[in-house]
Amino acid sequence: MNPETPSISVLGTSALLFEAPGGTELLAQQRIWALAKAVGDWPEVREAVPGMNNLMLSLARAPRHLGDLESRLREAWNDVEALALKGRLIELPVVYGGAGGPHMADVVAHTGLTVDEIVERHSSPLYPVYALGSHPGYCYLGGMDPRIATPRRKVPVLSIPGGAVSIGGAQTGVSASDGPSGWNTIGSTTMRFFDPRQDPPALLQPGDTIRFRVERVIR
Amino acid sequence: MIEILSASALATVQDLGRTGALRWGVGTSGAMDALALASGNLLLGNEEGAAAIEVPVFPFQIRFNEDCAFAVTGADCATRLDDKPLLPWWTHEARAGQVLHLGLPQQGRWRACRAYVCLAGGVNVPAVLGSRSTQLRGAFGGHEGRALRQGDRLHAAAPGRGRDAVGFGLVPPAVALPLQVDGVPAMRVLPAAEYRLFTDASREVFWTEEWKITAQSDRYGYRLAGTPLQATAAIEMRSHGIVPGVIQVPSGGHPIVQMRDAQPSGGYPKIGTVIEADLWRLGQAPIGSRVRFIETTWDEAVAALDETRRWLDEARRLVDLQRS
Repeated sequence: MNPETPSISVLGTSALLFEAPGGTELLAQQRIWALAKAVGDWPEVREAVPGMNNLMLSLARAPRHLGDLESRLREAWNDVEALALKGRLIELPVVYGGAGGPHMADVVAHTGLTVDEIVERHSSPLYPVYALGSHPGYCYLGGMDPRIATPRRKVPVLSIPGGAVSIGGAQTGVSASDGPSGWNTIGSTTMRFFDPRQDPPALLQPGDTIRFRVERVIR
Repeated sequence: MIEILSASALATVQDLGRTGALRWGVGTSGAMDALALASGNLLLGNEEGAAAIEVPVFPFQIRFNEDCAFAVTGADCATRLDDKPLLPWWTHEARAGQVLHLGLPQQGRWRACRAYVCLAGGVNVPAVLGSRSTQLRGAFGGHEGRALRQGDRLHAAAPGRGRDAVGFGLVPPAVALPLQVDGVPAMRVLPAAEYRLFTDASREVFWTEEWKITAQSDRYGYRLAGTPLQATAAIEMRSHGIVPGVIQVPSGGHPIVQMRDAQPSGGYPKIGTVIEADLWRLGQAPIGSRVRFIETTWDEAVAALDETRRWLDEARRLVDLQRS
């Protein structure tokens, strides 16, 4: 992968994946949001779905000639400028460690930090919501301190509970419901993130911000 | 109205899936064998995407509490209406009080593991976020957002429709559109972004060896057993959108194919994607069976979609001749 230019790849005939060069700082993500807005109403695009400094185009129909769509996507990327979305600040109380944070020891082992240092580094930043994904209402967050980054687990866990606060690589997030995960769970919170009867059904959206407040640390 | 008599879990209400809600983290769900669901609906004169009951565990029984036309597609399950054996992929009429029995999938002309019980007008459950499919992870859609239980009652949307237009069927696509390599069911795969980051030996293994579908396989994903696949270096990726069919390879080297209840995003390296036109073949591959992967191109994958569409159009034409 060339770090200078965007990469476009196919996910079967169902979707295209656009991966932007560079880091995952907020300014880069704002350009992804702008690209999603610019291409979301193209006739062959069913939905433009932001990821972490990338964008998946779910296709309404597979175009005969892929090259044309790829070229237009690259042009659109060159044309768009960062789109600053202004959202809400949501505070989530977190119990770190203990039964609700079964993989804290793995993060300690990988980073060489103490539990208190990990909690301090995890709860200090304001985390902008970059994208939704994984499962209904789940948010991918930017802004984690790279010193607590920990690789995803070699074998995914079959089920972690809703409210689990976890670290996967250089990212952190909160599970919105019970389910499988390859991330390291370090704590837990209680909050309802998704209600299909609401419009929009998700509590949070790109542009909102989360703060993790330390409710308790179980060492 | 029908009533579920079986205690066996895991049967769900599905349609062709929920599209357009990925931005809220909502995956597509939908029938594991979309072609069987569409075919059953065609047979009954329903919309192709009407909801049906997907049955993955057998035996399975329902009782009809009113007269209703129906069709059972997907796996050939030695189906009976009361004591009368029924042809698979065929339209039938049930009288109020009759019991439909689905037995074990047969090892006959085609091997499959999921059956679709399709009802006249489709299964009438509310559409949630644009679909009647069950979203198990989010606990919404389908029947109360969960798998069916003994005693559950479901309604056909148009039980009175088409009762005089029964007694015909279709040749299943497993027979009409077979795809095998060395006698093993096969699926075409488009290489994905990280394909080149796997070792030459692992790429060779991927295309030439058989992959066993392990017991840890379900509507979320199929975990495959075989020679572990190795990347040339550790790959830590950013989370991005994925679709059913994407084959992720965690660092342990055992591939996981995302299926219809898969999450809509992931971060493991992707070696390839089972193309949309062949996903039904994998959806019907039983636990313990083996499959092969065939490398394909964009043009071939689009042509395969066209072929599936043509098969469905021809099926509709034949059914219309019977119904008119």
